[in-house]
Amino acid sequence: MNDTKQSSDRRSAHGRSGAATAVPPPAPMRERRRPTSQQWAAWAFLAPVTLYLVLFYAYPLYRNLDLSLRNYTVRSFVQGDAPFTGLQNYLTVFKDPTFAPALLHTVVFTAVCLVFQYIIGLALAVFFNQHFRLSATLRALFLVPWLLPLIVSASTWSWMLNSDSGIVNAALHAVGIGPVNWLTSPSWSLTSVIIANIWIGVPFNLVVLYSGLQSIPANLYEAAALDGANAWQRFRRITFPLLRPVSAITLLLGLVYTLKVFDIIWIMTKGGPADSSTTFATWSYQLGFGNLLPAFGPGAAVGNLLVVAALVFGLVYLRVQRKQALS
Amino acid sequence: MYSTSRQRRLTAVALTALAVAVSATACSSGSGSSAAEDSDGGTYTIWDPYPQFAKGSAWVKLLDDCGTEAGVKIKRTGFDTSDLANKTLLAAQQDNSPDVLIVDNPVVSTLADAGVLTTTDDNKLDTSKVDPNLLAAGQSGGKTYGTPIGANTLALYYNKDVLKEAGVDIASVKDWKSLTAALAKVKKAGKKGITFSAIGTEEGSFQFLPWFWGSGAQLTQLDSAQGVSALSLWKGWLDKGYAPNSVINNTQTTSWQEFASGDYAFAENGTWQLANAEKAGFDYGVLPIPGASGGNAAAPTGGEFVTLPVQGDTGRYATSQKLATCLTSTQNLYDTDTTLSYVAPTSEVQDKQVAANAALKPWVDAVKAAKGRTSDDLGTKYPKISEQMWKAVQSALSGSASPKDALAKAQSAAK
Repeated sequence: MNDTKQSSDRRSAHGRSGAATAVPPPAPMRERRRPTSQQWAAWAFLAPVTLYLVLFYAYPLYRNLDLSLRNYTVRSFVQGDAPFTGLQNYLTVFKDPTFAPALLHTVVFTAVCLVFQYIIGLALAVFFNQHFRLSATLRALFLVPWLLPLIVSASTWSWMLNSDSGIVNAALHAVGIGPVNWLTSPSWSLTSVIIANIWIGVPFNLVVLYSGLQSIPANLYEAAALDGANAWQRFRRITFPLLRPVSAITLLLGLVYTLKVFDIIWIMTKGGPADSSTTFATWSYQLGFGNLLPAFGPGAAVGNLLVVAALVFGLVYLRVQRKQALS
Repeated sequence: MYSTSRQRRLTAVALTALAVAVSATACSSGSGSSAAEDSDGGTYTIWDPYPQFAKGSAWVKLLDDCGTEAGVKIKRTGFDTSDLANKTLLAAQQDNSPDVLIVDNPVVSTLADAGVLTTTDDNKLDTSKVDPNLLAAGQSGGKTYGTPIGANTLALYYNKDVLKEAGVDIASVKDWKSLTAALAKVKKAGKKGITFSAIGTEEGSFQFLPWFWGSGAQLTQLDSAQGVSALSLWKGWLDKGYAPNSVINNTQTTSWQEFASGDYAFAENGTWQLANAEKAGFDYGVLPIPGASGGNAAAPTGGEFVTLPVQGDTGRYATSQKLATCLTSTQNLYDTDTTLSYVAPTSEVQDKQVAANAALKPWVDAVKAAKGRTSDDLGTKYPKISEQMWKAVQSALSGSASPKDALAKAQSAAK
């Protein structure tokens, strides 16, 4: 927590000094007058980051919006004369039989992953906060899923879960359970990619929550112990409430990461069989690039829906924050 | 202070949302790397889908030699084959196309439809020696858009040891019924039957097509009784355990790995695995894929086409045409197709290949009987049909729909 606090302090210091020197952008009154040399300098300082944001964030987003509002065929893509069709692509996407299952899978995938990642991450963080021997080493080992390239972990999972030669089915067989078609049965494929994604997401939750735990003063626990609070009560009354701000940001970041998860699902199941593990992210790719004849418009439309979803949850987060700040 | 921190948070949220957008869908504005930009005009660009060949390989040397012959310098880039179509579209959008493009055959009609490729009428490429069934994959609306550099197709590899153990005489396998009977015997003997790839991509459709066409079905009518019988054949194999459930997720490479383990009696795979078959360590044979009631089923043609993309400067076509002609000359075709483990597209070179390596004989026959996926003037309709077809195969094999329902749904979606 110390780390996060410091960095946020530093950021706000930046913000303050920025606000002191730079002219706030929406100030048309002042722009009419001749800018002083100090103002020029301020604009110069602002230019690189603005340019960066426009080039790498605003323009791609604008292009994506533009793609989703035009009727692109391969021919008009090359000629650049795709007709403007308004929300036609969005209608196509909404009417597509894949839409309802993809929405459901995206919601289930995100919710289940978040819940499990958070609970397991928190449990491990509390566990490692006890500073026993080897705790640092073990904690480091838990980071491995985070450090591995996704293509490696996803391929490994898909080998382990192979119906016929996978180690998971071999282990199940050893204890007398019949084989499960993890990746090739419509009722299991979503579960399989969720399991793999939880495994990948736990370390992130562990690290952030662990650093959050560090910032809770030890004397609070001492006082609680003196008052006769047991371990569960200490967790329930001290750890959890004091961890709330860290938990909120962990969950928000986790949500954004999980909404856009693509590589794991694509490598393990390609969204199949029969769309049973298709989420918006894989569907968007499937439409734009997964076919010999790309459908850029609908692909971009699905991508934009994802952006809107992330934005909505971001606003929810803001609301919750404000309520907390007011109370 | 309170409001600025709120503002900052709002910005942070907006930025994270943007990050999702960019990582989920960016790509549309990637630049198509520099191609025909050189002002001197003495450098010609060639794009190919053979990234496995590095500088110094026979393929790259051939390109350079053809350049020297035409009196120009060659700038060559190898792309992953699944990436090449999109890269070409982007390059064409920016009027930056390569001079010579070697591209997977089902993509040709899409690129032609996009107006990216010149016809052989314009570029004067000679295609008279090429087998017509192979050339058909590069034809659309009565025009030809390139010439094949080599072809491959699918057949059944079989493991002689496994069949012997199971008491199967390979000569008895003539149609679907006798093939299924052979699989039953193999299973009884405790071995595994057949492996193929039914993955949810173009590869899955490619592998299903010989059975689909072998039943007498047409791509324009996915849910015909014949089409349903082909899918039911695969489904039956899975249900009875003749084929592993993993085929639903198998690529052709993973399917080959299963066969190479030595447990499987049959594998549906392509010409390009011949070199690996030699290394597999067991005695193998090759059998054309049988039709439903005997005879050989038409398998889809694989392999690439040499094409000449449209250029702003039409003066470049003459040299590009020389390069393409050089690449597809008799001697060079022979060398290239030997390296790629492909069958040549002209009978002259095919005879030469068989004379040098008798093992190629069944493959040459299979290629002669093969059919382009975009043939029958399907052109750009094929990708849509194919996507619905592989989805139907996946639905049926994974048990989420019956073969009949899956294909009926596919047909209504592909229309």
